[in-house]
Amino acid sequence: MTALVETVELGKVFDVSAPWLNRVLEHKPRQSVHAVDGVSFSIQKGRTLALVGESGCGKSTVARMLVGLYRPTRGVIRFDGQDAQAAWRANGGRVLRRRIQMIFQDPYASLNPRWTVRDIVAEPLREHALVRDAATLNDRVSALLHQVGLAAADMAKFPHQFSGGQRQRISIARALATQPEFLVCDEPTSALDVSVQAQVLNIMKDLQRERGLTYLFISHNLAVVRHVSDEVGVMYLGRLVEWADKETLFRSPRHPYTRMLLDAIPDISMTGRARTPVQGEVPNPLEPPTGCAFHPRCPHANERCTRERPELLDLKGARVACHAVAEGRIGASG
Amino acid sequence: MPTPLLEVSHLRVEFPTRRGTLLALDDVSFSIAPGEILGVVGESGAGKSLTGASIIGLLEPPGRIARGEIRLEGERIDNLPPDRMRAVRGRRIGAIFQDPLTSLNPLYTVGRQLVETIQTHLPMDRARARARAVALLKETGIPAAEQRFDHYPHQFSGGMRQRVVIALALAAEPKLIVADEPTTALDVSIQAQIIALLKRLTRQHGAAVMLVTHDMGVIAEASDRVAVMYAGRIVEVGPVQQVIHRPAHPYTVGLMGSIPSMAVEHDRLLQIDGTMPRLNAIPDGCAFNPRCPKAFERCRHDRPDLMAAEATQAACWLVGGERGGA
Repeated sequence: MTALVETVELGKVFDVSAPWLNRVLEHKPRQSVHAVDGVSFSIQKGRTLALVGESGCGKSTVARMLVGLYRPTRGVIRFDGQDAQAAWRANGGRVLRRRIQMIFQDPYASLNPRWTVRDIVAEPLREHALVRDAATLNDRVSALLHQVGLAAADMAKFPHQFSGGQRQRISIARALATQPEFLVCDEPTSALDVSVQAQVLNIMKDLQRERGLTYLFISHNLAVVRHVSDEVGVMYLGRLVEWADKETLFRSPRHPYTRMLLDAIPDISMTGRARTPVQGEVPNPLEPPTGCAFHPRCPHANERCTRERPELLDLKGARVACHAVAEGRIGASG
Repeated sequence: MPTPLLEVSHLRVEFPTRRGTLLALDDVSFSIAPGEILGVVGESGAGKSLTGASIIGLLEPPGRIARGEIRLEGERIDNLPPDRMRAVRGRRIGAIFQDPLTSLNPLYTVGRQLVETIQTHLPMDRARARARAVALLKETGIPAAEQRFDHYPHQFSGGMRQRVVIALALAAEPKLIVADEPTTALDVSIQAQIIALLKRLTRQHGAAVMLVTHDMGVIAEASDRVAVMYAGRIVEVGPVQQVIHRPAHPYTVGLMGSIPSMAVEHDRLLQIDGTMPRLNAIPDGCAFNPRCPKAFERCRHDRPDLMAAEATQAACWLVGGERGGA
């Protein structure tokens, strides 16, 4: 199988220094955040990779680099076997912008309130000169709306006339307009109520089956991830700590952080469950811990973990970045 | 059954507008026993936060209680004048809101805010109030409480701030705590810590909790009983196990089925088509009837009240006797 999307040692550093004058007067050094630090993964055609992690773990930064909104500080992104960085630069990235689309989290902020739904969904078609005349344009827009469960009559309406779930369907229709192969979805349902979330997730799965779409799905909700994904990558402080297919990851999570996340989620099947919540919080990314970034919260950390950063290693079906797992200090069963 | 700590009966909240009066809560009745955790769930706009706001007397004008009563330990509190209500709020009912940053004053240290709250409600001198505040911070699991006492809210992380807010809510030993989406703004690993903390402290202090959230997982984990709200009414109420595993109301069935679960895998999620009606367009009869897969003639013009179902109470004509019968 060939990977449609592949990243190699992807990294993004943001400069978060104080303004120049403050640095001079207060003798402050330059500061930078390694938002994404050496992330490598690949997604096969027609499959869904979900990236999960808590706020600030860098999952949205990865998404934005894949759609060309951020330029990586280091590393390589390959799309369909070609260097995506070069393709984004060539001709304003027109080719990739047609083949890669994005669905954003907030359906209230990602649709222009002054445009009708027809204009919103037709914009990519016009931009990429995919249709010539107004009649075909109308047909295409109504077909797209129909696909996401909206009526052709909705074309003349404005975004404020729709509920959150309907707006997210408009976003999906717009993303599908150029018939992309790869969709990057950044928390597409976390602003929605559960019954509406179910509608949107079902539509996304149906579309994937019909069109063979490839998804990168970003979410902090592991139950949603379990529902939509084929493979799951777990991120912590800018690093990929575990990457495995869905069954393996949920059946036998290996990395202590993955185990902690799975244990922390309130789930409706677990009424009145008693458990020991994990101590501690995500550290400040400006001063990440030495060695393995998770070691201050990890029950299995030893001296090596505080010193040496673990690499993502292939360990019996899952790729895990953990010394304790690699040394066999913690077993496979969760 | 012991006398309820909180009893809400036939509560009706209206919002007068230029285009007519909107009915935000209609005939809401429930009770909370001492020490009990009642979960209130529903989707945005179902009226769960409004119910909480009515109880703590913080309904935003022009919203007003048009009918019904709220009784705390047998005493009516819905018609108290503002200054008397202020004495109830904080002393007998504590409140925890979603965003811990907006519930704390950014200009005062957390210690000063705690001492102020304690001294407002309890007859204590400064030194004793301070000792109590430090003890509360310790109890909520804030490390180095003595030093943190003099820190400002912005120096705390989100999870730590929510701990401070819980300490504030517990400061005057209230009998009831209204917690409105207390964990929604937090990351999952922190969420679990806060739920565990809330459960442990309310048990220790013997306080009852009304836990308002849209997250069924949080409810499942924390509450004893759960009330499901839809379009301003309670459609089902019962013990948490029964409501989750043997729901009677078609809305609850749909809601439970639409939540992706960690335990069971479905290829497709159950979906409820359509969305909750707007307040100005609530349908006649049962408000859920246009979206209900089991609706029949009676549902379109008669409104069901809560009736005893198999394991819970549900406001649905399909339960409590003959289909279509009285």
